[in-house]
Amino acid sequence: MSRRTKFLAGGLVIVAALAYLVYAGVSQSVVYFVTPSELGAAPVAGKAYRLGGMVQPGSLRWDPRSLDLRFTLSDGQATVPVRHRGTPPDLFAESRGAVVEGTWSRDGYFQATTILAKHSEEYKAPHDASQAGYKELLKTLRGSEGKP
Amino acid sequence: MTPELGYAATVAALVLAVYGAGAAAWSAVKGRADLQASSERAAVGVWLLITACMLLLVYAFLTFDFSVSYVASNTNRGTPFYYRITALWGALEGSIILWAWMLALYTLIVVARYRRTQPQLYPWVLAVMLGVSSFFLLVMTIPAPPFERLSPIPPDGRGLNPLLEDSGMITHPVALYLGFTGFSVPFAFAMAALIIGRTGDEWITITRRWTIVAWYFLSLGLLIGGWWSYHVLGWGGYWAWDPVENAAFMPWLTATAFLHSVMIQERRRMLKLWNLTLIILTFSLTLFGTFLTRSGIIGSVHAFSQGSVGQFFLAFLALVVLGAFSLLAWRLDRLRGQGELDSIVSRESAFLLNNLFLVAATFTVFFGTVFPLLSEAVKGTKVSVGAPFFNLVNIPIFLALLFLMGVGPLIAWRRASAENLRRNFLKPVAAGLVAAAVFRLLGVGNALVLLCLALVVFVAGTIALDFYRACRARRRTGEGWAEASWGLLLRQNRRYGGFVVHLGVLVIALGVAGSQAWSTQTEATLNRGDAVELAGYTIRFVGLEPSEESNHFKVTGTFAVTDHRGPVTVLTPAKKFYPQEQTPIAAVDYRLGFWEDLYLVLGDFARDGSHATIKIQVNRMVSWLWIGGLVLTLGAALAIAPEGRPARRPQRHEVPA
Repeated sequence: MSRRTKFLAGGLVIVAALAYLVYAGVSQSVVYFVTPSELGAAPVAGKAYRLGGMVQPGSLRWDPRSLDLRFTLSDGQATVPVRHRGTPPDLFAESRGAVVEGTWSRDGYFQATTILAKHSEEYKAPHDASQAGYKELLKTLRGSEGKP
Repeated sequence: MTPELGYAATVAALVLAVYGAGAAAWSAVKGRADLQASSERAAVGVWLLITACMLLLVYAFLTFDFSVSYVASNTNRGTPFYYRITALWGALEGSIILWAWMLALYTLIVVARYRRTQPQLYPWVLAVMLGVSSFFLLVMTIPAPPFERLSPIPPDGRGLNPLLEDSGMITHPVALYLGFTGFSVPFAFAMAALIIGRTGDEWITITRRWTIVAWYFLSLGLLIGGWWSYHVLGWGGYWAWDPVENAAFMPWLTATAFLHSVMIQERRRMLKLWNLTLIILTFSLTLFGTFLTRSGIIGSVHAFSQGSVGQFFLAFLALVVLGAFSLLAWRLDRLRGQGELDSIVSRESAFLLNNLFLVAATFTVFFGTVFPLLSEAVKGTKVSVGAPFFNLVNIPIFLALLFLMGVGPLIAWRRASAENLRRNFLKPVAAGLVAAAVFRLLGVGNALVLLCLALVVFVAGTIALDFYRACRARRRTGEGWAEASWGLLLRQNRRYGGFVVHLGVLVIALGVAGSQAWSTQTEATLNRGDAVELAGYTIRFVGLEPSEESNHFKVTGTFAVTDHRGPVTVLTPAKKFYPQEQTPIAAVDYRLGFWEDLYLVLGDFARDGSHATIKIQVNRMVSWLWIGGLVLTLGAALAIAPEGRPARRPQRHEVPA
């Protein structure tokens, strides 16, 4: 084998290893973004989801003693009950957008491990609860990658 | 009046920049000195006009001129003095001014330094720099005008985003933008070299130094950004793989790759094509980052939802990439390397591998960042990959880079003999292995952390060995140890500046590994007087105190911290209620330490102050990031300094060695 071929072969092996790394990384950590209607239609228990919606007014229950947080996320058509252990984060409130990460529980609720309230530098999150408001909200939430 | 004046200045600057770019290019084609002088005056004029824009905007902020829409959106009567100045770059329009201003400043430095020394390259460099300026001024004129008038004039403004009321916001954007704009200088030199077809090597030296300057500022910007994220956002982390962080990290990676591969070009006349590609990539990535975060196509902490700015950036990015690579293709025959790789076990190949991994890291970060877009376009499903993806993929890559950091600087050029390898690497490798064994016995169980520790010791060993040998060589000429070390750092500042940067990276690597592996946290609701324990600390809830600040209302919790030796400190995390926000913002409080930080975030609380929920984190070795960052920037500064300075004879040190 000429030196050139050896270098090429070595390089290819490394590139292939890196490609596999990326492939494995994606298949292990891919998270599906769903709305409450989409999740309600076909929930798969144990699968990782990122669920976005509006915190339904009147649904927020927070017990500081047990750190138990419960609320309902809505997209105007369907609602999903969410449970989380921990303090509600900044920017999290009723009638505001939120994205939660976690899994669907067999017992009929969404177990959130992380709550991402919508951060935005100019805080233009729409807060009217009309249908148009929901649409706009979901549009912003679908692109949401806020910090935990 | 201010909006009209500002707008006029913007348009005038745009016209001047376009004229200057054209005049500079035409002067290069026709060899007309008068046109060149005219384009230089245009460059000065552009800088003056943008400076005027900045001053006008600062004036508008200081006088609460709410007829300027930007002022009304980013400040109110309660905004403290300093933040009324930094509000200048608190949002999109102002950051574009800052960007354009720095670009104009760099252009002036280029004029002053290279007018005489690089008569052939220089007019084209000027043309490219002014061309880039024209683009930013165009953005200031059409899609993101900072001087847009607001009518009717509101009695008070909306206020600055409370998260930006922080000292980090004074320096972070400035450093970051100095880095971003700095990469336009190497890019301009690369384009000029391609245009005149002189792909020889003297311009690469200029480019290298400018790249270190930009790299220095970008590193500083990233570090301050991490610090801001850590002490303001209240989640206890410093890096979230947020799209905007990635956007700044990608050009940093490609610039790092360039700074290494340029050494092979200088030494072996190889990789010309590759180096040009890296320069173009780095510059394009700064534009891409801005497009990504400013277009609103990917949401992020920093995303502004502004429509057409993204399109402008995308169009300019396409123009830059197409133009640059067309030039590259046109000059392809002049870019053939003269050297050839002799052996796999050589410095060249270590550097090539370093480049391969750095570019691979850039690619994975790029891929992960745009993955949601790709997936939506291809499969129509909205998916994303978060921090787990980036960590999983990048940890092996960065460990490999760490290993190469030990190998690269010491291995022989061309072909390393068994003797060379034994002499340079036997002791460091042994040290790394011993370190791994010792830490394993001390109870470090995490394999990745052990590997990281072993590699850090190995690399530190190679640096120490090299430095020791060089000092010993100097001592033969009769210098003392202190004198010899200083002499090395000052006289061979490029090589040893690089080593100092590497040391900084090692310290940062330890900080990352330690903080990921050993940090711990808990969350609890405490009655007044109750306490919770974490990692040897006892944190007692003393009480809540409301107060009224200039532009917000604040509730401060007081927590007394003790450990087994007695009182440690009193921490006062708070919640701030800004009238313009619907929900409060947490203000964390912390005690920083060398080994660990105690970090408190106030959560929910009872209005009567009877109980409060508190999140407590003990973050281990996070300080190492800031210390390592400081070392890294010092090293970079050392490497920028003119080389081979005659060593100042150091004063005899009174400090015991």
